[in-house]
Amino acid sequence: MAGEQAGGNAGGALHRFFDSDIFHSFKGSPVVVIAAVLTVACILAATFAPWVAPHNPFDLRTLNLLDAFTPPSWTERGNPAYLLGTDDQGRDVLSTIIYGSRMSLVVGLLATILAMIVGVTLGLVSGYAGGRIDAFIMRVADIQLSFPAILIALLIDGVARAVLPKGSHDEVVVYVLILAIAASGWVGYARTVRGSTLVERNKEYVQAARVIGRHPVAIMFSHVLPNVLGPVLVLATLQVGAAIITESSLSFLGVGVPPTQPSLGTLIRVGNDFLFSGEWWITVFPGFALVLLVLAINVLGDWLRDALNPKLR
Amino acid sequence: MSATIVLRAATLAAALAFGAAADAKTLRWSSQGDILTMDPHAQNEGLNNAVSDHIYEPLVTRGKDLKIEPCLATSWKAVSPAATQFKLRPGVRFHDGTPFTADDAVFSIERALAPTSNFSPYMQGITGARKVDEQTVEIATRGPNPVLLAQLTEVRMMSKAWAARHNVLKPQDYKNKEETYASRNANGTGPFVLKSREADVKTVLVLNSNWWGKMEGNVNEIVYQPIKQDGTRLAALLSGEVDFVLDPPPQDIPRLKKDPKVKVVEGNENRTIFFGFDQWRDELQYASVKGKNPFRDQRVRQAFQLAIDVNALKTQVMRGLSTPTAVMFAPQVDGYDRALDAVTKPDRERARKLLAEAGYPQGFEVTLDCPNNRYINDEKLCQATAAMLAQVNVKVRLNAMPRATYFAKIQKFDTSFYMLGWGVPTFDSLYALQSLLRTVGQGGDGNFNLGKYSNPKVDAAIDALKTETDPAKRKALTREALAIHKADVGHVPLHHQVIPWAMRANVSVVHRADNRLVARWVKVN
Repeated sequence: MAGEQAGGNAGGALHRFFDSDIFHSFKGSPVVVIAAVLTVACILAATFAPWVAPHNPFDLRTLNLLDAFTPPSWTERGNPAYLLGTDDQGRDVLSTIIYGSRMSLVVGLLATILAMIVGVTLGLVSGYAGGRIDAFIMRVADIQLSFPAILIALLIDGVARAVLPKGSHDEVVVYVLILAIAASGWVGYARTVRGSTLVERNKEYVQAARVIGRHPVAIMFSHVLPNVLGPVLVLATLQVGAAIITESSLSFLGVGVPPTQPSLGTLIRVGNDFLFSGEWWITVFPGFALVLLVLAINVLGDWLRDALNPKLR
Repeated sequence: MSATIVLRAATLAAALAFGAAADAKTLRWSSQGDILTMDPHAQNEGLNNAVSDHIYEPLVTRGKDLKIEPCLATSWKAVSPAATQFKLRPGVRFHDGTPFTADDAVFSIERALAPTSNFSPYMQGITGARKVDEQTVEIATRGPNPVLLAQLTEVRMMSKAWAARHNVLKPQDYKNKEETYASRNANGTGPFVLKSREADVKTVLVLNSNWWGKMEGNVNEIVYQPIKQDGTRLAALLSGEVDFVLDPPPQDIPRLKKDPKVKVVEGNENRTIFFGFDQWRDELQYASVKGKNPFRDQRVRQAFQLAIDVNALKTQVMRGLSTPTAVMFAPQVDGYDRALDAVTKPDRERARKLLAEAGYPQGFEVTLDCPNNRYINDEKLCQATAAMLAQVNVKVRLNAMPRATYFAKIQKFDTSFYMLGWGVPTFDSLYALQSLLRTVGQGGDGNFNLGKYSNPKVDAAIDALKTETDPAKRKALTREALAIHKADVGHVPLHHQVIPWAMRANVSVVHRADNRLVARWVKVN
C-alpha cells in the first residue's frame, strides 16, 4: 500500500486510523460509541470542573444553609438554580458530582498507572530472568491474589494512618489511597506480562539481540516490552474502572478521601444518611454517576479487548 | 456409645436454650458511639454514666420523675453543717459475692476524689468520708452543701477488696489512654452484671439474680452495640435487629413515626450544645494567626456568635428538634432564667466589622475540633457552622473524630475551637457553672472549661454559690455569673437537645430528660 511509507505524515496517519479495523469495529457498535462519548464527557467535565460546574460547592462563602435539602428542579419544591437539588450543606448536587468525579478519576487513573508501571516491570523481570527471581515474584503475587483488593487497600491505609504524624494525614491521604489501590492491583499486570514474556523470550529477535550483546534490561524494555503491551493496555482500561470502584468503596467506608475534597464514594456515604428520610437525590445521583462512569469505561475496555484480539476478528 | 452421649447432651442443651428463650427478654440497644470505659470514675459522660448505672450503684439515685430516692443508702441526716451520715442498705452484695460495707463506700468516695477521677464536679465541696460503723458512713463537706444529694447520685460504689486485688485503687487515667483492669471489667452491686465487653463492637450485660431491689421490667439481658452510620442504625431498628435506638437521626423522625413497627418517645433533654474557644494561650495552636490569640479578644468571640445562625441550625440540621439558646444550661435546671435566654440575632455585617476592628479584616483560619458520634448531628452542626463562618471570612478546618479520641484530646486542653455538650445530672446550675465557667483550679473547678475562660467576677459568684443555701440568693448568683459570661461571650451556646428515643413497638420505656435509659423499667413484650 502506498500510505504505509508515509508514516510521518499526520494526515496520512489520521486517514489510516479512520480506515483501520479498529475504527470500523468502533463505528459498528453504537454501545461502544455511547460509552466513549460518556467517558470523554466525564473526563472533560472533571478536568474543567471549575468552568463546567454551575456552582463551586467547596467555596463555603457561597453556601447558604437555608438552601439545604432542595429537591431536584423538576419536582414540586425544586429550585431551577439547582438542577439535581442540594445536599445537607446546601451544596449543588450536580456540582459536587462534577468535582467528585474529578477526584475519583484522578485517583483511579494514577492508581492504574502506578500499578501498571510496577506490574509490568516485575512481570518483565519475572518472565525474562526466570528461575528463583521468577518463583519469588510469582509466589508473592499468588499470596496477594488470595486477599481481596479492598482488604489490602484497607490495610495500607490503616497502617498509614497509624504511622503518619497527626494532622498530616489529610494532606497525604490521596497519595496513600493511590498507593494502596495500586499495591492491590499490580498482580494482574505482572502475571499477564510474565506470560507473554515467556513466549517472547525465545523468539529469534530476542535471541539476536542477546547475541549482539545488548544488556538484558535494554532487551526487556526496548525489544520485549513493545510486543507484550497490547494485553496490558486492555487490562489497564478495565482496571481504571476497578480502581474507581475500590476508591469509592474505601471512601464509602469512611477511610478514603476526606469530606472536604469528596469523591463520588464520599458523596454516596454522606447522602446515605438521608436515604430513609426521603432526600434520595443526595445519594442516588452520585451513585448513578459512579455506575455510569465505571460502566462506560468497562464497555470501552471490553471492546478494546475484543478488537485487539486477532482470534475474535 | 459416645455418639449417643453427645446427641443427648445436644438435645438437652437445645431444650435448655428453648426453655430459656421462652421468657428471655433481651434488650438490644444501640446508639452511635461506644461506651468509653467500664471504670465508674474515669469518664463523666452521658452514655457512659447511663450504662454504668446498670452495673454500679450510687448511695442515692433518681426515680422515674427524677426525684432523689434511696439506693445503696436507706436514710441520711445532717449531723452538722459540714457532715452528713448515711445509713447503708443491709444485705447488699457485689457481683462477686462480697458484701457491700461502709469500707467500700468510704473507698469509693475517696476514689472519686482522686486526681485521675473525672467526677470532680460531683465531689464539689466534699472533703472526704469516714466509717462510723459497719453500716454507716459520714461524708464531710466544706460547710453546708445544698446540692450534696444531687451530686451523690453520680458517685458510684465499688468494692475495695476487688479494686485492691486488681490494682485499680485509682481511677483509670482516660485522657492519657491508660488501660486498667477496671476499664474492661466490672464488679458492682447493680441489677446487671457485665458479661462481655468488646470495645466498639458489643457489650453484654446479664441480669443479677441476687440484686436487692425489685425489677419492674422483664429484661434479663442487655446487648449494647454502637452503630455509627445513621442509616445503618435506623435500618437495624426497622428490620428488628435492635430493639432500642437512643439517638435516631432527627431527619428520620417523621418517617419513624409513620411506621407501625416502631414508636418514638420524645422530650427535651437537659443538655446544652455549645462551642468553646481557647482563651488562654498567647498564640493559638491550630490557626493561621501567629504570635497572638484572636480568641482572647471579646470582639472576635462576639463576631463568631453573630455569624452563627442558631435558628437555621435548628430548622436545617436538627429538623426542628432542638431549642436554640443563649445560656449554658436547660430550663429544667434550678437557676435557669428565661430573661437571659434571648437568642442573638445573626448579623454578618456587624461580625465582619468586629473582626476588622479586632485586626482581622481578612479573617483567619482556625481548626474546629468536633466529635462525630457523640451528640445529635454533631458533625453536621460543625460543617454548617464552618459554612456560616466562611461568610465572615473565617476559614474553618473541620477536624471531626470519634468520641473516644475526641474526649481524650480536648480534656488535655489540646484544642483551639471545640464543640461540647453539657448535661446537668444534678439539675442544679452550680454543676454547669463550676465545670464550664469557673477558672480552672482545684477539684471540679473548670474541669470541662477546656478553653480556660476566666473572669474573677464569675469565679466569685460561683464560689459563693457553692455554700449558699437560700434558693433566692442562689438564683441571683447564678444570674450574675451567667450575665457576665454572656457579655464576655465566653462560649457560644447553640441549643438544648430534644431527644427522641426510637424503639420497636413492643418495647416500653421510661423517658427521662437526662437521656438515660433505665433497663430495669423496660418491658419487652
